Amino acid sequence: MAAEASKPIDSKVLWGGGRSPFSVSYGKLMMWFFLISDALTFGGFLGALGFARHKFEAVWPVTEQIFYHFPFVPHDIHLPLLYVALMTFILIVSSVTMVLAVEAGHRMDKKGVTKWLALTVVGGFIFLGSQAWEWSTFIHGSDHGVYKLNSGFTTELVTKDGDKTTADLGSGIVAEIQADESLLIKNGEFIGSTVTGEDAEAIKSTAEFVHGASLTRNEYGHQLYADFFFFITGFHGTHVLSGVILNLVILINVIKGVYHKRGHYEMVEKSGLYWHFVDLVWVFVFTFFYLV
Amino acid sequence: MERDDVIEYSLDNHHSEEEGKKIRKNIYMVTIILSVVTIVEVLMGVLLPKAALGMNSTAWEMVKLGYVILTLLKAGYIVVIFMHLGDERKSLKWTILAPYALFILYLLYILFVEASA
Repeated sequence: MAAEASKPIDSKVLWGGGRSPFSVSYGKLMMWFFLISDALTFGGFLGALGFARHKFEAVWPVTEQIFYHFPFVPHDIHLPLLYVALMTFILIVSSVTMVLAVEAGHRMDKKGVTKWLALTVVGGFIFLGSQAWEWSTFIHGSDHGVYKLNSGFTTELVTKDGDKTTADLGSGIVAEIQADESLLIKNGEFIGSTVTGEDAEAIKSTAEFVHGASLTRNEYGHQLYADFFFFITGFHGTHVLSGVILNLVILINVIKGVYHKRGHYEMVEKSGLYWHFVDLVWVFVFTFFYLV
Repeated sequence: MERDDVIEYSLDNHHSEEEGKKIRKNIYMVTIILSVVTIVEVLMGVLLPKAALGMNSTAWEMVKLGYVILTLLKAGYIVVIFMHLGDERKSLKWTILAPYALFILYLLYILFVEASA
């Protein structure tokens, strides 16, 4: 590319004043600076998530056991993380269409920019819809709900490979209601005994019934899990929403020919930086919230 | 309005039809790489779940490390190719990456060293 940034220019000239030492425009540089600060915010969020899940490692909910739903597929078919993976793919594809819009802008190809930017907006809307659906599924909860067991309940919970833990106060031990009305004691991947009859009635009369999740109650296990889910995916979703709005406004300007008259499509490049950043954050959220 | 006191760096970013073809080819290559890495991550999640490997096993630690490496690989492609950081001046690359790396490494250091229960 014959771009200014790739020209060999003596550093005395570059830093001598009267020009940008980085050979980029003011707007693009400021977008980068904004993205650094935003990335630090997300870094803080994900760091706090890592801290919390390490502290409560033994009782942290298993994500595959929570996010196994898929739109239009019956609840008893488990497709762990498949829809989240599809959402990731949708966001990556919309990032690709964005970079193609930027490329078309470099050729002053107004038609190309319009097409690719419009597809980017569509991808953003699909992602937002998916996230709304996922939130609704998470908030709505499982088919039957659980009883939260708090103090005084001690039972040994064991994983498949023999790791053991004992229940203690506030660690998120739940009694999951089964289809046959019996109760399965569990905590994350730790499974305890099945309780039936009078014992089950005793639990049902004393323990708190929780169905679904919010910022103050979470049937899947530890409360912090739900809180981090809402905060991290919510904060990311807010970014997607503002990105879609930004792209939509710029798309209207492209169609009106604002940037063609200006002689360059740098505005598409700047909103592109933001949109790629949103994709970048999701790559990390996908790994550190869902996969690990 | 024409301004002679501002260098329009954006005008210099224009490229020809042939260059565009090369750049698009590169973009499609990166698309394939990113998709394959995502598919590999999902397959790892299906074939090597935490529950089957054991929470504190070495195997699970390796899988976790694998996820981190694949994630950083994806992040690198997005930043260098899609965000065109690879085409910028060296001074700008350092201005963006160095402060970020400094703060995040410090945060991780504090979490790993000072947060032990």
